[in-house]
Amino acid sequence: MNGGDEFGASGDLPPPLDWRFSQVFGERSAGEEVQEVDIISAIEFDKSGDHLATGDRGGRVVLFERTDSKNATGARRDLEGTDYPLRHPEFRYKTEFQSHEPEFDYLKSLEIEEKINKIRWSQTANGALFLLSTNDKTIKFWKVQDKKIKKICDINTDSSRLIGNGSVASSSNSNSTNTCLANGGLPDNSLSNDFSLQPGGIPLLRLPAVTTSHETSPVARCRRVYTHAHDYHINSISNNSDGETFISADDLRINLWNLEISNQSFNIVDVKPANMEDLTEVITSAEFHPTHCNTLAYSSSKGSIRLIDLRQSALCDSHSKLFEDTETPSSRSFFTEIIASISDIKFAKQGRYILSRDYMTLKLWDINMDSGPVSTFQVHEYLRPKLCDLYENDSIFDKFECCLSGDGLRVATGSYSNLFRVFGVTPGNTETTTLEASKNPMRRQVTTPSRPSRSLSSITRVVRREGGSPGTDGNGNTFDHTTKLLHLAWHPTENSIACAAANSLYMYYA
Amino acid sequence: MSMVDEPLYPIAVLIDELKNDDIQLRLNSIRRLSIIARALGEERTRKELIPFLSENNDDDDEVLLAMAEELGVFIPYVGGVEHAHVLLPPLETLSSVEETCVREKAVDSLCRIGSQMRENDLVDHFIPLAKRLSAGEWFTARVSACGIFHIAYPSASDMVKTELRSIYSQLCQDDMPMVRRAAATNLGKFAATIESAHLKTDIMSMFEDLTQDDQDSVRLLAVEGCAALGKLLEPQDCVTHILPVIVNFSQDKSWRVRYMVANQLYELCEAVGPEPTRTDLVPAYVRLLRDNEAEVRIAAAGKVTKFCRILNPELAIQHILPCVKELSSDSSQHVRSALASVIMGMAPVLGKDATIEHLLPIFLSLLKDEFPDVRLNIISKLDQVNQVIGIDLLSQSLLPAIVELAEDRHWRVRLAIIEYIPLLASQLGVGFFDDKLGALCMQWLQDKVHSIREAAANNLKRLAEEFGPEWAMQHIVPQVLEMINNPHYLYRMTILHAVSLLAPVMGSEITCSKLLPVVITASKDRVPNIKFNVAKMMQSLIPIVDQSVVEKMIRPCLVELSEDPDVDVRFFANQALQSIDNVMMSS
Repeated sequence: MNGGDEFGASGDLPPPLDWRFSQVFGERSAGEEVQEVDIISAIEFDKSGDHLATGDRGGRVVLFERTDSKNATGARRDLEGTDYPLRHPEFRYKTEFQSHEPEFDYLKSLEIEEKINKIRWSQTANGALFLLSTNDKTIKFWKVQDKKIKKICDINTDSSRLIGNGSVASSSNSNSTNTCLANGGLPDNSLSNDFSLQPGGIPLLRLPAVTTSHETSPVARCRRVYTHAHDYHINSISNNSDGETFISADDLRINLWNLEISNQSFNIVDVKPANMEDLTEVITSAEFHPTHCNTLAYSSSKGSIRLIDLRQSALCDSHSKLFEDTETPSSRSFFTEIIASISDIKFAKQGRYILSRDYMTLKLWDINMDSGPVSTFQVHEYLRPKLCDLYENDSIFDKFECCLSGDGLRVATGSYSNLFRVFGVTPGNTETTTLEASKNPMRRQVTTPSRPSRSLSSITRVVRREGGSPGTDGNGNTFDHTTKLLHLAWHPTENSIACAAANSLYMYYA
Repeated sequence: MSMVDEPLYPIAVLIDELKNDDIQLRLNSIRRLSIIARALGEERTRKELIPFLSENNDDDDEVLLAMAEELGVFIPYVGGVEHAHVLLPPLETLSSVEETCVREKAVDSLCRIGSQMRENDLVDHFIPLAKRLSAGEWFTARVSACGIFHIAYPSASDMVKTELRSIYSQLCQDDMPMVRRAAATNLGKFAATIESAHLKTDIMSMFEDLTQDDQDSVRLLAVEGCAALGKLLEPQDCVTHILPVIVNFSQDKSWRVRYMVANQLYELCEAVGPEPTRTDLVPAYVRLLRDNEAEVRIAAAGKVTKFCRILNPELAIQHILPCVKELSSDSSQHVRSALASVIMGMAPVLGKDATIEHLLPIFLSLLKDEFPDVRLNIISKLDQVNQVIGIDLLSQSLLPAIVELAEDRHWRVRLAIIEYIPLLASQLGVGFFDDKLGALCMQWLQDKVHSIREAAANNLKRLAEEFGPEWAMQHIVPQVLEMINNPHYLYRMTILHAVSLLAPVMGSEITCSKLLPVVITASKDRVPNIKFNVAKMMQSLIPIVDQSVVEKMIRPCLVELSEDPDVDVRFFANQALQSIDNVMMSS
């Protein structure tokens, strides 16, 4: 395990980042109603960072591609001549496709929503992009490729003849029902005997000529559908580093698939108790280790993270490591268990650290240290007095995602009022930034950095400071539980964050 | 637009449809590529058709797969072996597409063509192709490269051979696990073509790299290569190079690796010789039989007979048998099931005395297993034990097991046991069968599940074949015919089905005297389903019975049915009448 380079040896701290607005896609004009189907429900950068995919509640996947990557010409840069060099990633719309459709499970009388729960990029091959997308029940494997537009000309059979030639002629017309018959019913033997007599072949016959234009258009094709393997709702999918397998996790089970085999999967984790009344804990998120093909982590609604070694046993119900925050909260309340539920976990790039998000905090774990998190960051401590309201309007069950920067030096996660927060994780780094998903991200920045802390006194202090009056945040702004920033992703190599505010995709760089 | 002569029209359509929008039509055209090639002639096939195919390779996978397959047998259409190399370019592009099955088919076809090519053509065209694929930008090409080295290597010059070996070694260390997996999979094939001097140096070092790979999936495939490599090496080299690796693998942290070892281990015994087998492989195998992971024990248990066949009986009794005893009461039913399916094969290996002493108690305990699959697996291999210890010893414990399975509440279990009844009957003999099992066979005819009733009818036919018509006349026919009066029409239908199956076995005479009257009575049934089944059955009886009988008994009955109020009855009756007429005409 080589994690030494991730958070560096303390000492030289990275300078705090100055975040700026970069781009917005699908920005809402004032007063515009947000359509439910347009709300973004998944964001993911690919491994190179040259592509970005978003999924929405309408079952669509939209792909963006980087415009400033290495192949961008110098001329283009001059054209765009701006005050600063075009260093930061800029993206443009590439294509979109309908990944999932609403379905109905007749056996269980259940509607299956088309909402995309997760997107994961797979290995690129032959210049084509591959990705997995999933809704509650069905995972699909997509290939997106730029296809050259081709035109066919110079065919043997004249269209005018087609009309006069009855049934045989209609075989060139793909709409006709007897097309296959005309072709399929070809009398092989009689024909082939005639041909072999002519040594030079039949000069009249010509192969269709195809002209290829230089224009290309991206075409998405569904290559495989992995279905009927989950009784509960799928919350995560994750690719293995072997490039051959992936997992899908629902509330109670994790299944292992081979990318090439869609009709068979292996159940590797099953937490379903014999009696459902004994159910105390569900799986909330699962992810493979980025390099170790046999390690995966999953989080639970009780706030624990389990590390699993696939080598140990075929059915991995027993974990090899368990990470729990053993520290008892200052005041146990009705909400203690609800807010402990982990909504997302992410491995850092090298695989030594795991970032987890529960309702109130971000926690960073070292997989070599199972006594407790390395650090804990308060995301919106000012909400603690309002947990009761949040419970009433179900906001307390919102599932916020989290992400780490490619260098592992910073982490980010979302909050309410379309805010998201970025924390520095290097020991001694107190960098804490609050940004708003808008064209002016720094509008609401909290100037006083709240130290990442595990000590109780500081929590109460933060509460006291930030929870001034109900319904307002630290800056006195009213907080809005309906505008929540659940999904965000950090570019794998640069300091750039993509985040979703309802139907809009905002991009920031530093 | 050109005009095509009338007789050529279909072929012209076929050619045009290579580019049709409808994938089904493109697929059809590709499947008939040989016809197109013949129409164009060899030269134009080489100069036009093949380049056309090379350029148009962004089609759907189904079409590409068909193309890859067709090109593999295309040598005759391009003018024979001396022109075979023109087929390489389209297959080269096909072997680098993303879809695995297309690539695999293209590699197959490349190998097939390569193995027919002349040596200098291989040097000029095939070897450069292998090199190009190995240096491919995308892993897909490099994966395919691994699969054609064994064709390219033998005809290469010494210098090129050295180069090819070093390229393969790079493939074994490729960044992409997919490429390393392909290299591991094909290592055995490639090694088989390599001179023994290089085998020990170059190939063994590649093998060692693969066995130490980070990815479990690569190591798994390296295990598979162990046996193949072992067979190529001299026994002493095998002992020094392969044996330590396999013993290591048998204690690998990953259960999947150990699972592979459990499956492969017996194949290595021959390669290393008896002494190392005794000292190293037997202990390794015993460890696997006692592995913590049930999947590994399943694999090991499944190979217990194959392994014992290689060992001498004393070793088997001393080391393997104790483990077998433990496995027969394993906590996992799947382990017991795997053991039950092979353990019978140990009887001939151990001989009669050891079988009675050691194996018989295990058979008996497995026959009483709570899990029906275990019992079924024992019963299915009964003939093997019978040869060694005779049925008398077994029959006492066998019968309760059979009866219990025959009445199992899962119909699939009942179905499975019915399928073994003829085997049991032949082993147990007529006497035993009459006493105990006859009644069961009749009982199944009235099972609640259709599949069981159908299998029961079939079973009666097989029993009649086994024991002969006379026995059947006594023990089957009367009981069956009695049931034709069952109040439920579905059961009556089963009986009709049984009768129609029995008729060909029983012969013309018995059919006319015993079976036909029953069928004719059934034609007056009140249920139309029975009546049209009678009509169908009569049609099947026509060839069995004498023509006079057909005219006298069957035809009147069918004529009556052909005037039935029910449309289906009329249809099948008329169909049967028609086939009578056809038989008359032909005779």
